[in-house]
Order: sequence, then structure tokens, then C-alpha cells
Amino acid sequence: MPMTDVIVVGAGPAGLSAAAEAATYGLQVLLLDEQNHPGGQIYRGVSENVKPAASGIDILGEDYWRGRELTDALHDSNVEYVPGSTVWTAENDPPAIGYMVGGRSYLRPARHIIIATGAYERPVPIPGWTLPGVMTAGAAQILMKSDGAALNGRIILAGSGPLLMLVTCQLLMTGANIAGLLETTRARHYLSASRYLPLALGARKLLQKGLSMRSTIKASGIPIYPAVTAMRGNGAEKFEEISFKSRGRSHSLSADLLLLHEGVVPQVHISRLLNLQHEWHRTQRYWKPVLSEWGVTSSEKISIVGDGGGIDGARAAEVGGRIAALHVIASLRAISTEERDKIAAPLFSQKRKEKRIRPLLDHLYRPPEEILCPTDPDTVICRCEEVDVREIRECIRSGCEGPNMLKAYSRCGMGPCQGRMCGLSVSEIIASQRHKSVEKVGYYRVRSPIKPIPLSALATLEPDEDYPAS
Amino acid sequence: MFSRRPDWQRKNGALPVMITLDGMPVEAFEGDSVAAAILCVEPSYTRLTPVRGSRRAPYCMMGICFECLMEIDGVPNRQACMVQVHDGMAVRRQLHEPSFAIEEDKNHAHD
Repeated sequence: MPMTDVIVVGAGPAGLSAAAEAATYGLQVLLLDEQNHPGGQIYRGVSENVKPAASGIDILGEDYWRGRELTDALHDSNVEYVPGSTVWTAENDPPAIGYMVGGRSYLRPARHIIIATGAYERPVPIPGWTLPGVMTAGAAQILMKSDGAALNGRIILAGSGPLLMLVTCQLLMTGANIAGLLETTRARHYLSASRYLPLALGARKLLQKGLSMRSTIKASGIPIYPAVTAMRGNGAEKFEEISFKSRGRSHSLSADLLLLHEGVVPQVHISRLLNLQHEWHRTQRYWKPVLSEWGVTSSEKISIVGDGGGIDGARAAEVGGRIAALHVIASLRAISTEERDKIAAPLFSQKRKEKRIRPLLDHLYRPPEEILCPTDPDTVICRCEEVDVREIRECIRSGCEGPNMLKAYSRCGMGPCQGRMCGLSVSEIIASQRHKSVEKVGYYRVRSPIKPIPLSALATLEPDEDYPAS
Repeated sequence: MFSRRPDWQRKNGALPVMITLDGMPVEAFEGDSVAAAILCVEPSYTRLTPVRGSRRAPYCMMGICFECLMEIDGVPNRQACMVQVHDGMAVRRQLHEPSFAIEEDKNHAHD
């Protein structure tokens, strides 16, 4: 078998378009995806769901069905697509990906790797967030997309961001009983975001979509609480009630389900494992890999596309996927750099266009300080090992200087999620208490395996003779 | 926690399947994740934490939070949100009760 030219990890919009583009130019492409069907999260289930008739109710919306074009293109290509494959390790030089599928493990070398693992919702640590019955807004959307769910019981949505509004609207369409929408956006955010409005006007359709969601929510009559702080989930063995402040007044709402959302952040697990260079996004407070305009990381044979390289949304991800693929295609000499530049020029303009709304959204929907850096001592930060703010602060007082030392002091970050849920919070808490920048404090060191792998699968791992490293 | 919307359809259909949760039968549909199936059971918790024995349930539904770690068909620590149900699947909650006594079936729920 010929050497694999490119391994693409992740079958969301960025991965799908990068893989299809590379295959179009005759490259041998392996596309790995953990989920059983393509589309990532934003287009989750798009290849399996039946589009409702035009006369019927379409909860998922026209933008969602766009994903079908991408999954159809995958189907029509000769990309080697392996759904249900879990990446457990990655190597830079020479590039290789270790993955597991069907209980067996493989290590595939390639000439280039494109990581397209996307984003995940920023964890929202409030007291009580670990109770059964507290989930992310995206989790509710996954149930709607993948399982045709109409959620039962009283539901509360809390936080900020376009996805929170979208899920609220979608739930309303399913007839859900929404007991309240708690918005953590402050008035000063509107003010600071307003200077980006002229730029955002270049993304008129998206702005209109946002405004229309807001008016749908207002018209629905669900209680909306502005400027929410001090949220606390209460309940004996599951979530039963949320207490909070809105404009200084105290409130308490009983409900069966609490859906939290404070924006999305790039998944940096693989990029950290590969020891790539990262930088800190000052407004949205997340880590992102340092990338060239072609999506190449600090390691020349590794590229990152889509939201995993910085949150820019699904359409920008598609275009970015093609741009990165073109660079790889040229670097593997299937086209010249002149051809690459010519084909990519309109794609760069399109990407700039897709990004016009981003500064407005970044400034409007800033996660609140008390979510970024929780102060309530009872707030669990490391869900896996149950380490709360109190314990973390004591460790810092005892001399703990950074996230990796904190692991040794308290086991914080050493559980199965490997810091995915606590990493951002820990860096912020340490930075705040030690009066250092988050950039200086850094992040956990990530080691393989990055997903649980049974010893039996590891034991069957052999270099694949069909795919020699050469 | 949820019912199925009447308008919803999967292209390849959605045959009902029967799985067991700690020996108790639970109805689900082909294509559901195990985590989604567990969310339809009361009480809908997936595990007890090893440190304090607190109940946990799925938080993210997409493989990031690891709250849905369950024993599925005899293999422990599988992310239930990443595994699709099949007829006859045996799912067990992981209770991680710390104990120095060696007892039969200590790691499984008794109800």
C-alpha cells in the first residue's frame, strides 16, 4: 500500500473539507473520527437524520442541512474514512497517529497531519455543577440532533453566547417548558462590543439571525433574567433548584434540568500532546495553537484547521480546511506554489468575510470573571478528582506555582478527563492568586494515551506492514 | 428526561432495542448512544465518584467530560456517550466503593 499522504483527525466541517480537497488532488487521505457518523458537532447526525418536509417544523434549521453537502462529498470521494476511531496518541516527526477502532489499535505514519478536532463548550464551574441534571446547552442540542429528543420537565438555561440563544429557540420549537433564561452578559459588554458593529454589518445575515433569535425568545414570554451572578445549583442527589442574583436581587428557581453555556473553546489536547506552540486569546480567555495563515503549526508537518485553531465558526472552518489542504497538496508537490496561491486567493477573501462577525461576538459574549476564576470555595474545579477552589487555593498558598505542580499536590488534573474540564480554570486561578499572567502560568502537560485504551488493544499494536514508515 | 419528537426520523430507521442497566431492562433505539439511553431512566446517574461517592450523570454528551464512564459489555471505563446501543447490551454503573474487604460483586449495584 502506498504511504498515507495526509491523516485528517476529525470529520466536522474543517476536516471534511480538508480531506475532500486533498483527495481531489490525488493524495492518499485517511480521515479519522471518533463519532460514528460524520459532521462533527455542528452537523451532528446530518447524514442520518431525515430532513423534514418544507411544510413541517425544522428545528435544526437551514444552516444545519448545509452539512449534508459536506458529508455527501465525503461519500463521493476516495478518502479512507474510519468512523468510530479514537485517537490515543500522536507524533510530530515523523508524523504518525495512534488510533483505536473495533477494539484494536493501529499506528499510522503519514507525510502530514491535519488536526480538525474542533471546539468544546467552556466548562462552567458553579457550586452544584456536578449534580446529575446539570449539562451543557450543547448536550441538550446533541440529544435533539442525534436522538430526536423533546426534553421533559422544567428547564433553565444560563450563561451567554449565540449557542445558548439557538438552543433556547430550538427547545421552544419542541414545546419545552423553559422556566427561565439567565443571562450573564453585562451592560458594559454591549458597550465594548458596539465598536465592532460596523465590521459585523458585513455579516448581515448572521446579525439578522441573532436579532431574530432574540425577538423569538422575547416573544415567547419565558422569564429572562439579565446581568446574572452568583449562580448556585442545589439539590440532594440531583439538580433541583438554582439560586442566583439578577441586577442585585436574589432569586431562586426550581427545575429539573439546568443547561449551562459560556461559549466554546478550542480543543488543544492533541496540540498540547505534540508540544506545539500555543498563545492565549486575551478577550475570550482560551488557549489556541500558533498557526500560519495556511494553518501550519510550530511543527511544519502538522496543521490545524477549524475551531481547534481558534473559534471562527463552521463556515470559516470549511474554508480554512480547504486552505490548509492546498498548502499540504503543494508541499507534497501535487501542485506548484503558484497554483496553490491562485486557487487559495478567493478562499482567503471568503475566510475574512466569514470572520467579520467574530470581534463583535468575542466582545459581547465575554465569559464573566466569576466563571473564569471562581471564588466560591465550595466550587468543584476538578470534577474527576473532586478538588474544589478551597483546596486549590490552599495548595497555592503552600507554594504550588503552576498547573503541573498542582497535579502533584492535589491530583487536580490527574483524572480521566486529563484536565479538559479543569485546565482553563486552574490556569486562571493560579494566575489570579499569584498575580501572574495566564501566559506565564501555562497549562497542564499532556501525555498519551489521551483517551482510555485497554491494555488488550495496546498489546495488539504493531507497526502496520501495509503502511510502512518511509 | 426526554421523549422522541414525532417529526424526527433517521434515514436507516430506528429499530427499538433492549439493553440492561445493572440487570434492569431499558428500552432504547438503534443509533442512540448509551448515555442518551441512560438519561431516559430514573434515577439517571451513570456512576459514583471514587473520592466522595457522589452521583454523576452526563454533562457534555460529546466525549470531553468523562462523567459517563460505564462498564459496557464487560469492559469498564467506556465513555457511554461514544458507544451506540445494540440489542442485548449489558451496561453497569461503576460504583468504585473503596473497601479492604474482599466481597463478591463489590463493584456492582445491588438493587
